[in-house]
Amino acid sequence: MLMSNSVAQEVREFIVSNFLYGQESSFKDDDSFMGGGIIDSTGVLQLVAFLEETYGITVEDEELIPENLDSICYVSVYLARKMSATAKANMREQQASTLGGNI
Amino acid sequence: MSSCSTISPDVLQIDSGRETERIAASLREIVFNQFKRKGAVVGVSGGIDSSVVAFLCAHALGRERVLVLFAPEADSSPDSLRLGRMVAESLGVRSVIEDISPILKGARCYERRDESIRTVVPEYGEGYKCKIVLPNLVDTDRYALFSIVVQSPDGLTKKVRLSLSAYLGIVAATNFKQRTRKMIEYYYADLLQYAVAGTPNRLEYDQGFFVKNGDGAADFKPIAHLYKSQVYQLAAYLGVPEEIQRRPSTTDTYSLEQSQEEFYFSLPLAKMDLCLYGKNNGIPAAELAPAAGLDQKQVERVYSMIESKRNVARYLRAAPMLVEEIEGI
Repeated sequence: MLMSNSVAQEVREFIVSNFLYGQESSFKDDDSFMGGGIIDSTGVLQLVAFLEETYGITVEDEELIPENLDSICYVSVYLARKMSATAKANMREQQASTLGGNI
Repeated sequence: MSSCSTISPDVLQIDSGRETERIAASLREIVFNQFKRKGAVVGVSGGIDSSVVAFLCAHALGRERVLVLFAPEADSSPDSLRLGRMVAESLGVRSVIEDISPILKGARCYERRDESIRTVVPEYGEGYKCKIVLPNLVDTDRYALFSIVVQSPDGLTKKVRLSLSAYLGIVAATNFKQRTRKMIEYYYADLLQYAVAGTPNRLEYDQGFFVKNGDGAADFKPIAHLYKSQVYQLAAYLGVPEEIQRRPSTTDTYSLEQSQEEFYFSLPLAKMDLCLYGKNNGIPAAELAPAAGLDQKQVERVYSMIESKRNVARYLRAAPMLVEEIEGI
């Protein structure tokens, strides 16, 4: 959970810096970005770009849903799941290439 | 229950004759009495909205006091100019053609747009066509992120989701088109001491479907209070050429044909109209759904999209803000 907390903090800093212009507000980790008027549709694009660039993931079309992206909590859980899947995929690729190299 | 719903598309029916005269009286008051201008410049695209505005201006101010402007550019459909001319000829008003492509080239509009496209489609170049589109959002809770559709010179199409910088770059560059058109409209307004007409309908005005200081700029907007289906009713009443009444709505901004639904609304305009009416009149989604031919969940999504776009559109509609009121002016 340590990673999730650190991710949550990074996402909060990104939101505060980019959408609240540094004016720290009292929004909570489970407050809705869209519902609270914190980000709009272009903001979602900005958030996706931040997640892809910062964490080396690809946000697929079907993952562009509020349950993944509409609060700090949702983003943290989504990222943890996504990064774990990416790490497993990378490991499988490495194993495959090692096996391939041995043949 | 849906069977008890009293809402039907008829709620958008208007008395076109009475509405025409109400708008005409308002136009005469605004243009002649308030602004002291001698007539109106109307940029006509060959679409239903600008055609209706041209007809209304000619009816209200007199055909000799209306100048219709056509401002095609390299990506415009030839149909736009042909249908625009049909409007001017039907009305017997003066018209001028200003090809804005050289101005746009001078501003590097196409070059800047293509540079942005190449960040997501590296092969994009000479002979390619493009448009930007939204996914269907009515059947899913997904966020609305734009994609670009490109067509190679040999006809192959490809769709790629836009990055933030590509999206902003393409929109910023193509917005030169609407702003250049408005600049030319004001040239003629200055020359003739006319006022400039804006042509948004209610859906566009409410939802921000215009370019700030581009097609969003005008001295008066005579159909901004009318739902799109009401604009069609006025078109029929005023005698707008039938081909224009039948023409599907298009943005005519990109080289590939792009419907307004693809660009902005994700719904056929008649359904979107009814949803906007429902939202404005506090009609519950379940009650509106049967009339719109949608289910309750779909209407709830549309209501939510309307609210979200309305928030963004506030900036687009806002006049320059002052720190304090200035007295005496």
